Amino acid sequence: MANTVQTKAAVRPVDTQQPRATIARRQKSPYPFWFMIPAGVIYTVLFLVPAAVAFYFSLTRWTLFDQEFIGLDNYVQFFEEPALVSGLTHTLIFAVVTCGLKVVIGMALAVLLTSQIIGRAFLRSVAFFPVLVSTIGVGIAFTVLMNPTRGAINGALGVVGVQGPGWLTDPQWALLSVAFVDVWRGVGLATVIYMAGILSIPQEYFEAAKVDGAGSGQSFWHIVLPLAKPATVTVLILSLIGGLRSFDLIWAMTKGGPGFTSDVIASVIYKQYQAGFYGLSTAGNVILFLLVTGIVVPLFWWFNRKGVEA
Amino acid sequence: MTSRRPNYLLSAIALALFSVIFLLPFAFILFTAAMNQEEAATFRFSWPDNWQLIQNVKDVFRTRDYILVVAFINSTILTVASVAVMVILAAMVAFVLQRRKSRWNVPINILMLAGLIIPPAVVPTIWVMQELGIFKTMHGLILVEIAFGLSFCVLLFQAFISTIPRQLDEAAIVDGAGPLGLFFRIIFPLLRPVIVTVVVVQTVFVWNDFTNPLYFLPGDENATVQLTLFNFQSQYNTSYNLLFADILLITIPPLLLFLFFQRQIVSGLTAGSVKG
Repeated sequence: MANTVQTKAAVRPVDTQQPRATIARRQKSPYPFWFMIPAGVIYTVLFLVPAAVAFYFSLTRWTLFDQEFIGLDNYVQFFEEPALVSGLTHTLIFAVVTCGLKVVIGMALAVLLTSQIIGRAFLRSVAFFPVLVSTIGVGIAFTVLMNPTRGAINGALGVVGVQGPGWLTDPQWALLSVAFVDVWRGVGLATVIYMAGILSIPQEYFEAAKVDGAGSGQSFWHIVLPLAKPATVTVLILSLIGGLRSFDLIWAMTKGGPGFTSDVIASVIYKQYQAGFYGLSTAGNVILFLLVTGIVVPLFWWFNRKGVEA
Repeated sequence: MTSRRPNYLLSAIALALFSVIFLLPFAFILFTAAMNQEEAATFRFSWPDNWQLIQNVKDVFRTRDYILVVAFINSTILTVASVAVMVILAAMVAFVLQRRKSRWNVPINILMLAGLIIPPAVVPTIWVMQELGIFKTMHGLILVEIAFGLSFCVLLFQAFISTIPRQLDEAAIVDGAGPLGLFFRIIFPLLRPVIVTVVVVQTVFVWNDFTNPLYFLPGDENATVQLTLFNFQSQYNTSYNLLFADILLITIPPLLLFLFFQRQIVSGLTAGSVKG
């Protein structure tokens, strides 16, 4: 008993006084650093170390057992082969399209689902459920639905007299079609994030605006849009990260085809890995890493700085 | 937005729109899963001529010596083990990180955020696993899932632990609790609401994970449920009814979790997103 009281007294200065900290640390803190060791070891060995050594292995010709240093050859090859470098542009297109649509549609659905309509709870669940369904399952189902001649989507379009495109077989449409399915699958998450944002806005603002004669359009532009900005930032960043890293859905629906027209970096990484070009595959990984951090980190920093100013 | 009376016209439009966009694809999966082989191959979206869902489910289980049963067992082991370990380890990290301020906090937090942003380096991870002798093993894949899921869990736990008053720790210490006793007997039970959230979200995530088993646990005998879908896809070019029955079966566990824990899932995924 006396011992523990002493320990507690000794813990206090750890935070404030440097010289005594080392003495106190030898005493037992109730918050020992070794608590972090198991998680730290797993995380370091299986996540941080691979991420770090990727930079070295991307400079080699590599078979897992044998490696030969070849400098920047993998990167040169990546940027010279049209099939590979187009993966880079496709990744950007896919990320921007999915992210933009999720922000806009998510916001619209959230406004709808926070307004006075019947069956809100049900509609919320309906929109959110696809988030939890197997991506591969969704991909397979939509591959069938998007079949150019027999699929239900073009069948329905045919009824109203529209000739639907070959969603997944037309090189111009394949990447966009997969992006649409990704939006279908992920917009529920954007919606609930926006709903949380809108519901946190005090109701008085809307009432005050109404007294001042603002219509619903005005209160959307001047109240909802600015005050839901943290939600927008979250949706934007989450869907950008998701879009840039996206692999499952593309692989389930088109495998990068037709040709290489829907290949993204993540699918290039897998194809090169399957083909045994481990160095090239890892170079793709490093490029993806640089792309994601190069876009997301500045964006994150910029939004945070703006937030402080406001 | 502030009118009290429900807008009937808007409600009707919303209901119709949501049904067409979000429910019809699921109806399509269900109908196709209940068709016979020839009918399913037409890709027709209609009520099956004769409803043979049960028969198809039996068939899909029987395929290739009950590989789907093995896959269900594998996926269950993978999910339960990785989520259980992830939750405990992440809570321990979050506890120390939140309570003990040191100059290591900032770098540790940055490394943690990196886990949410950086795509895992695939082949180097395989290389590390091979050096450790855990490539193509279930425990290897479990460790990978833990490593990739930790960041999200720690962030959620950290936010929650900051709401637990420190006086509680101090009282427990005065009463003679050591660090382990303090954490496992006092703090951990208090984390229950956030634990439920983390468990449900990660369970859905690991259950639906396709990429990591594809890379780190290849081989048919090790298939997880998502991989059976993928394998059936290339194999079953003709039996779409069985393929869709498989989709239906592996969607049941997330569906059940969703029905029971919808609120926790939503609150977990939106945590911290509103305050910015």
